[in-house]
Amino acid sequence: MTLAKRIIPCLDVAGGRVVKGVNFQDLKDAGDPIELAAKYYREGADELTFLDISASVEERNTTLDIVRQTAEEVFIPLTVGGGIRTAEDVNTLLRAGADKVSINTAAILRPELINEISDRFGDQVLVLSVDARRAGTKSGYEVTTHGGRTGTGIDALAWVEEAITRGVGEILLNSMDADGTKAGYDLPMIEDVRAISSVPIIASGGAGSLGDFAPALESGADALLAASVFHFGTLTIGQVKAELSRSGYSVRR
Amino acid sequence: MIAILDYGSGNLHSAYRAFAQAHPDVIVTNDPDICSSADGLVVPGVGAYAACMDQLFAAGAEKIIANRVASARPLFGICVGMQIFFTEGKEKAATKGLGIWPGSVERLNSPILPHMGWNTVTSAPGSRLFSGVEDEHFYFVHSYGARVDVPNALNTICEYGGGFLAAVEAPHVVATQFHPEKSGAAGATLIRNWVDGWVAA
Repeated sequence: MTLAKRIIPCLDVAGGRVVKGVNFQDLKDAGDPIELAAKYYREGADELTFLDISASVEERNTTLDIVRQTAEEVFIPLTVGGGIRTAEDVNTLLRAGADKVSINTAAILRPELINEISDRFGDQVLVLSVDARRAGTKSGYEVTTHGGRTGTGIDALAWVEEAITRGVGEILLNSMDADGTKAGYDLPMIEDVRAISSVPIIASGGAGSLGDFAPALESGADALLAASVFHFGTLTIGQVKAELSRSGYSVRR
Repeated sequence: MIAILDYGSGNLHSAYRAFAQAHPDVIVTNDPDICSSADGLVVPGVGAYAACMDQLFAAGAEKIIANRVASARPLFGICVGMQIFFTEGKEKAATKGLGIWPGSVERLNSPILPHMGWNTVTSAPGSRLFSGVEDEHFYFVHSYGARVDVPNALNTICEYGGGFLAAVEAPHVVATQFHPEKSGAAGATLIRNWVDGWVAA
């Protein structure tokens, strides 16, 4: 009995479509979210993540419908992030069929939001999404907002430790240095966050080829998130799991 | 009819959808009469043990559950819905549970918690619940578990920070620490096994 390493496709959703760009810019259409979610479920995804990058209230309501319809036919955990400001926003998403929510900027602006959500729904419902990059803070990593374009001056490792104390169930670690490069996950960053984290780590950013996944697990990730390589057909989930299995990792087949 | 007990916040939509695939008549409700008379009652549970018990009392659901146990009517607890069947939970402060089964629910002994993701189990010999899915993965999300076998029941074990009860099958009361409604095709089979083996019996 070994806990399987998870493969999690991430669907960035805006205006009812899946989009993908480099460092959240130059967005390309990547398909219908409900169809893609069902396809990834059939192909063996262990969880799915929707990141709502909508700019308007109307678009947000569209995303809620997408969550609702996906939960009708997809029987694996769904995480939804983007635009969550209050515990009531979380309740709305859970009621629509989400199992977990991820928060990012709103928690940086008001860290108490973490306590408010975890006290009401439990730590396990909350994923802290951290967009980190190398900078001159104490640990050498800084938290950014706006898809890596804006530095906050907050030390990323200190922020992870504070969030865990406040009550989060997982860390989604998105390396803004590796995001969109397809040059592999940010292994040093994963190792440094693993060293201070008592909750599972989902690594994100940089997956480009089959050989990129096992090293991220070796560096301490519990789950691996990827978007472009799956959306644009570079790799299938089955290929990634077969490769991880060959490398000696336990996966769900 | 299968009733899914709605006694707090959380994602009941998925549980509804998953059980509706195995039974034609499923309802999400907190109506005491429906919950008492249903052929099967599902007790979900998310969040902390004490919060779950508080919500259960607020909904008057502890009486419904006690009546079902007394009258030997099928009951299925999921995740914290399983944990509250035991004597007490030790999450944050010690909290009294429903005491259907003896034992306490304790923190798993692992450096990384929650135990989150897909794991396999050692299904109890002769298990009806795991028939056909003995070697499959199921989806777990928890930091606490029951560690001592329930007497006069089939006990299925999982290992993470020591062994804990992944599932218990008693003549009328069934429970899983994992989420069958989130465990894909394997979870769907397990739910069908419960419907066929307990509800329809």
